[in-house]
Amino acid sequence: MNKSYLQEDLLRMSGVNPRKCMQCGKCSATCPAYDEMEYHPHQFVSMVKNGDIEPLMKSQSLYRCLTCFACVERCPRSVEPAKLVEAVRLAVIRQQGANRMTANDIPALLDEDTPQQLLVSAFRKYTK
Amino acid sequence: MQRIGVFVCWCGSNIAGTVDVKAVAEALKAEPGVVFSTDYQYMCSQAGQDMIKESVREHKLTGIVICSCSPRMHEATFRKTAAAAGLNPYMVEIANIREQCSWVHKEMPIGTEKAIILGKAAVAKVNLNTPLTPGESPVTKRALVIGGGIAGIQTALDIADAGFPVDIVEKKPTIGGKMAQLDKTFPTLDCAACILTPKMVDVAQHEKIRIFSYSEVSEVKGFVGNFDVTIKKHARYVKEDVCTGCGACVEKCPMKKVPNEFNLGMDNRPAIYIPFAQAVPKVATIDPNACNMLKNGKCGLCARVCTAGAIDYKQQDEYIQEKYGAIVVATGFNPISMDKFDEFAYNQSKDVITSLEFERLTNAAGPTAGKLLRPSDGKHPHTIVFVQCVGSRCDSCAQKGKEYCSKICCMYTAKHAMLTRDKYPDTEVYVFYIDVRTPGKSFDEFYRRAVEEYDVHYIKGMVGKVTPQGDKLKVQASDLLSNKQLHIDADLVVLAAAIEPDKSARPLATMLTASMDTNDFFTEAHPKLRPVESPTAGVFLSGTCQGPKDIPETVSQAGAAASKVIGLLAKDKLKGNPCVAHSNEQMCNGCSSCERVCPYGAITYEDKEFRMPDRTTAIRRVAAVNPAVCQGCGACTVACPSGAMDLRGFMNEQIMAEVDAICK
Amino acid sequence: MQVKEFKPLIVAFCCNWCSYAGADLAGNNRLNYPAEVKIIRVPCSCRVNPMFILRAFQRGADGVILCGCHPGDCHYTSGNYYTRRRMAMLFSMLDFLGIERERTRVEWVSAAEGAKFSAVMTDFAATVKALGENKRLEDLRCKK
Repeated sequence: MNKSYLQEDLLRMSGVNPRKCMQCGKCSATCPAYDEMEYHPHQFVSMVKNGDIEPLMKSQSLYRCLTCFACVERCPRSVEPAKLVEAVRLAVIRQQGANRMTANDIPALLDEDTPQQLLVSAFRKYTK
Repeated sequence: MQRIGVFVCWCGSNIAGTVDVKAVAEALKAEPGVVFSTDYQYMCSQAGQDMIKESVREHKLTGIVICSCSPRMHEATFRKTAAAAGLNPYMVEIANIREQCSWVHKEMPIGTEKAIILGKAAVAKVNLNTPLTPGESPVTKRALVIGGGIAGIQTALDIADAGFPVDIVEKKPTIGGKMAQLDKTFPTLDCAACILTPKMVDVAQHEKIRIFSYSEVSEVKGFVGNFDVTIKKHARYVKEDVCTGCGACVEKCPMKKVPNEFNLGMDNRPAIYIPFAQAVPKVATIDPNACNMLKNGKCGLCARVCTAGAIDYKQQDEYIQEKYGAIVVATGFNPISMDKFDEFAYNQSKDVITSLEFERLTNAAGPTAGKLLRPSDGKHPHTIVFVQCVGSRCDSCAQKGKEYCSKICCMYTAKHAMLTRDKYPDTEVYVFYIDVRTPGKSFDEFYRRAVEEYDVHYIKGMVGKVTPQGDKLKVQASDLLSNKQLHIDADLVVLAAAIEPDKSARPLATMLTASMDTNDFFTEAHPKLRPVESPTAGVFLSGTCQGPKDIPETVSQAGAAASKVIGLLAKDKLKGNPCVAHSNEQMCNGCSSCERVCPYGAITYEDKEFRMPDRTTAIRRVAAVNPAVCQGCGACTVACPSGAMDLRGFMNEQIMAEVDAICK
Repeated sequence: MQVKEFKPLIVAFCCNWCSYAGADLAGNNRLNYPAEVKIIRVPCSCRVNPMFILRAFQRGADGVILCGCHPGDCHYTSGNYYTRRRMAMLFSMLDFLGIERERTRVEWVSAAEGAKFSAVMTDFAATVKALGENKRLEDLRCKK
């Protein structure tokens, strides 16, 4: 299976290797927010491993995770699902911030009072 | 100067098809030392060998080069031929012109050219060969078995039945090991005691077997066939040969509150005790940490009630020296500590137990006389949760458990679940598993019976945490197949703890210079072909000290180890491999570099007197290689900074001569 | 004038238990590799003194390859670990001397890897051939 760019990004951000997972489900067993979640910690791991990331990003499960790290603590294989959840959250934030500004918008913003440095940093900030 | 004969084999058309054998024989004739060179169709045939013998006599050859197939194929054959012709067998070298020349090169000129070069290298080597004789050492016809569990017992019995004396060293007061603690054995559900205790009696009664119980190996010296072992016999404050095992002292001992290790601390024993009714030797032992008489001199009751007069408060540790030809390691296993697994509340609740404790709880000789009762309140549990893989199959980074699969847990958990449902059908039994691993004869059928006939609830998933609440244990777990989180109010939780090698194994391995893996399991000489031998000659492995095993596997390995030992002890003399390291005492500066790299502990140091140039004598520390222990790897030869260490048969000079011949 | 094709001279040290058997297997399976490779049998890869490799270069070898059992599979339990460390040291020395790194190589070839043996030797011979003659370390006085 080809790794998508997004998947690679997630793995790099989280430092998690989902291949280490043996699907024992101890993370989900230990999760205090389990019943609130649509996708449970062990599913997070396997979905990221399979590159099935879009549904995760749309799911409210992301924000039900308390980041209590119980799953990280208990995982016998050191997979650290909570870090993966956090990485998916980050990916969502990054996508939301994608390209709010394009280079074409800049000339219209130029005026004498605005320091050019501000435009430069705004461009950096609002562009993916 | 050597007189070398070169014999080039055609191997039918195998070699002659791509190598011009006549040209090879002709070219090698010009090499230094070569006095005779010929070729023949099949050098390994009777006629070919006769020709070699004839030529040795006719040309007074001192060395032989055979250009033929791989030395792995016929080196032994041609060495025998040389010996038959009166030559030292190690004066033969083989140039591999079949596997490494004619078979991999297609063109005649290329093959011929390479064959000549390989022949030249072999000639260059033979020019420097020296006659070698394998060293001989006598064999002490007695074996030592370390560990008295089922592995040690079976090994000892098998060796003793072959007529060789065996000593068993067991650190506990009785032999029997873990199997003595078990209730029933999978998959046939035989009672462990019924099949083990007769064997223990056999051991006790066997005229060739001595048991050193409550003892440890404290020192091992020597090498294969000639081990010098010191056994430390701990003072048990009871004369072993006098005690009748009547148990009067055990009944009368006032100090009755010592946790009973045989029942894993689930009940108490007196300070003077016999671990269990069928103990071998059936002799009482005083626990010096609990006995009032030994601690502060007050009591002495046991001595008064002992009609045999076996109690001896003044007994001292005893050291016994004995010689052995072979040593079998059978140190066994223990369940790992549950201290690092807080989530299962093992240390918080008495009702969270390990499987070995469960085994005692269901054993008729156990603390509850075989009734399954909760350790906390003695009530019958109605909901039992079994958790598999506790501490097995963990990632090394997690620092909590073991990386390997403990192998036996799936089966004993199925056994526990099945027996519970059989005896107490009103009990709900849950087994949380990651995978159920049942490779073995009748194993999967056994597991299916637990599920299908006994209605054990097997749930794929893991228990996340156990919280004691009132007299219940709240178990939170995941059910991966129905994608639910489960909450079970359990009465008893049983943890299938991973198994690890006994703690005594690591220091023992150091004493024996036997190698271990990172998990402290002993390494075998070859993982497939020599599974019961340690790489250290004369040391054999039996049972779980080598890796997780169930009883049938342990017994078969024990028998295999015994047969290897018998094979060794049956010899009167051991012939070594003459291609061993040796050190030039004149050049050795006693730096110990070689000693440190030797994987076999074959190198020792001795102080020797040397005549100095000014006619005085000086004592210098120099390395000495024990040829019976050295396996001839050559690691020391490279480590030696002064170049004193060399390897017979593969001397620095010889290899360098080969390099030169190839590069010429 | 006809330019003679450059044929590198390659010395291969093979441990008796794995790589030499692997080379035999390559032969049994008739897996070709360049004839420039000449094998010297040693009991274990840890028997190979770095001196032997330097000697080969001095005598005009263009490449030296050392083959042993896979780490963990050594017949003598730990020999190839010593080899690995020693060769790391030798390589840094050869780097210091300015000898191309590609001229020396350590490979783990098991007794079952005849195909790997042939592939490794083919690849190594091609690498050395591309590097051309060993001139830096060759001692011309050794050539008659």
